[in-house]
Amino acid sequence: MSVLVYTEHTEGKFKKSAYEAVSYAKAVADLIGTSVTAVTIGTVAPADLATLGNYGATKVLHVSSEQFAQFINQAYASVIAAAATHVDANVVIIANTFSGKGLAPRVAAKLEAALADGAVELPQFEGDKLNIKKTAFSGKAFAITELTAPKKVIALNLNAFEVRESGGSAAVEEFKPEVPAGDFTAVIKDIIRITDKVPLPDAEIVVSAGRGLKGPENWAMIEELADVLGAATACSKPVSDAGWRPHSEHVGQTGIAVSPNLYIAIGISGAIQHLAGVSSSKTIVVINKDPEAPFFKVADYGIVGDAFEVVPKLTAAIKAYKGN
Amino acid sequence: MNILVCISNVPDTTSKITFSSDHTSPNTNGIQYIINPYDEIALAKAIDLTEGTDGKVVVINVGEAATEATIRKALAIGAHQAVRVDAVPRDAWFVAHQIAMYAKNNPFDIILTGRESIEYNGTQVAAYVGELLGIPSVSIAKRIDIEGDRAIVEREIEGGKEVLSIPLPLVVGAAEGVAEPRIPNMRGIMSARTKPLEVIQPTAVPELSHIVKYESPEPRGSVTLVSADDVEQLVDLLHNNARVI
Repeated sequence: MSVLVYTEHTEGKFKKSAYEAVSYAKAVADLIGTSVTAVTIGTVAPADLATLGNYGATKVLHVSSEQFAQFINQAYASVIAAAATHVDANVVIIANTFSGKGLAPRVAAKLEAALADGAVELPQFEGDKLNIKKTAFSGKAFAITELTAPKKVIALNLNAFEVRESGGSAAVEEFKPEVPAGDFTAVIKDIIRITDKVPLPDAEIVVSAGRGLKGPENWAMIEELADVLGAATACSKPVSDAGWRPHSEHVGQTGIAVSPNLYIAIGISGAIQHLAGVSSSKTIVVINKDPEAPFFKVADYGIVGDAFEVVPKLTAAIKAYKGN
Repeated sequence: MNILVCISNVPDTTSKITFSSDHTSPNTNGIQYIINPYDEIALAKAIDLTEGTDGKVVVINVGEAATEATIRKALAIGAHQAVRVDAVPRDAWFVAHQIAMYAKNNPFDIILTGRESIEYNGTQVAAYVGELLGIPSVSIAKRIDIEGDRAIVEREIEGGKEVLSIPLPLVVGAAEGVAEPRIPNMRGIMSARTKPLEVIQPTAVPELSHIVKYESPEPRGSVTLVSADDVEQLVDLLHNNARVI
């Protein structure tokens, strides 16, 4: 019995979601009195691998073979399932990233494990079963799910569990699993990275704007506010539908669900579909000239005012605060 | 080219979600059901890819008889035929088995799903079906093109996108951007009534998990309003009270 955590990286660097996953795995392992093994696939420097120990992993299985240099979900799922078998894991933790979502069901199917996707809290164990809280109805509710199969896979939502440093160290081991050749039929042709912007799904601060902005030409002030906050930009559905902003920025029930520490909604009325996508945000600020906008009902802080006046002032005030 | 499109029957996006008094099941009273919005994108893409060819689009739904209105709508939009697996769609694992079983007996070039259902948001079915059939899958695709016997699929990654070339057959979960949803026209609605809708029996699948209870999100406290002339106060509150900046 042990806990296995898959630690995703981008070009050799772990992201916060990987540290969250290891911290969560450690907390799960503590609940059942076992230890955490991390599995990392692709080239990562030994010093970076060893940092996983600081979050609670006691061992890191590193799959460095050139064959696995790029993320192919079929092959990676085979590796993770093999690692789970190798360390006799009964719980496997995967961060619910875009890649994680494509992996977790495959890993679960290979292990005949129960899968909880979008977990937001630590599980509660009851003998061989566990209960876990996960998001449902696109953020409008939670479902407490009982996983009854002997093996469990938990896909942990981003920003749902705090990174915990435990100061430990991890032993790194090379892992060479056998993976069927048929897992490698997909070929990555191109990877386009947007490096000058904060990625939305794992952003800690999100600045989002809606139809109140009147047109795509007015987004400069949104980007400027995001810039001073180190935030990602987002938008409401009507805005992406109108082509003012890309679909990848659409937050809401049929877009992306976010759970940042701070969500600033500017000129968004707060339709139920939009609110569903932001309900897990820790703090919500609403700026809207309509005092009756439904968004104020779910906001922590609000300013009733014209975005075109308030946003530049807010940007200046944050600049001044950061300057001190 | 033949395409299988998996559709689920979900509460309309404007629905307020409430639960039975013991919180064990969602209230269905007064809820309007629709084709899952992402599945509508998948369906539109399937029609785009087969229009003007002899390829056909089959929609499959796992559900009880009440879901037939949703299935007929998919036929009205342009699917050629439909299959309903007569069972409660217990969870993604169960549904994926039903789809995989049907696709084993009736091979397709492409199996399309929506990236997730807007009720359980699992993003599981595409990858499960791929695994059960031993074929590639992309769970969240932003673009799908066919080039000969391969699919060119663009998928989102944190902070960018990735373009894959994948041999057919494969399973793809469609997200926004893949196609524009289609609205059924009168001819479609008329012809939908006579298009074939086959009802088949489910295969048994061992249960691995089940939902025991639902919870609604904690209501937030009331909003603290700040004057538009005093944004410094907001900065102060965000720093000292909320501690988020």
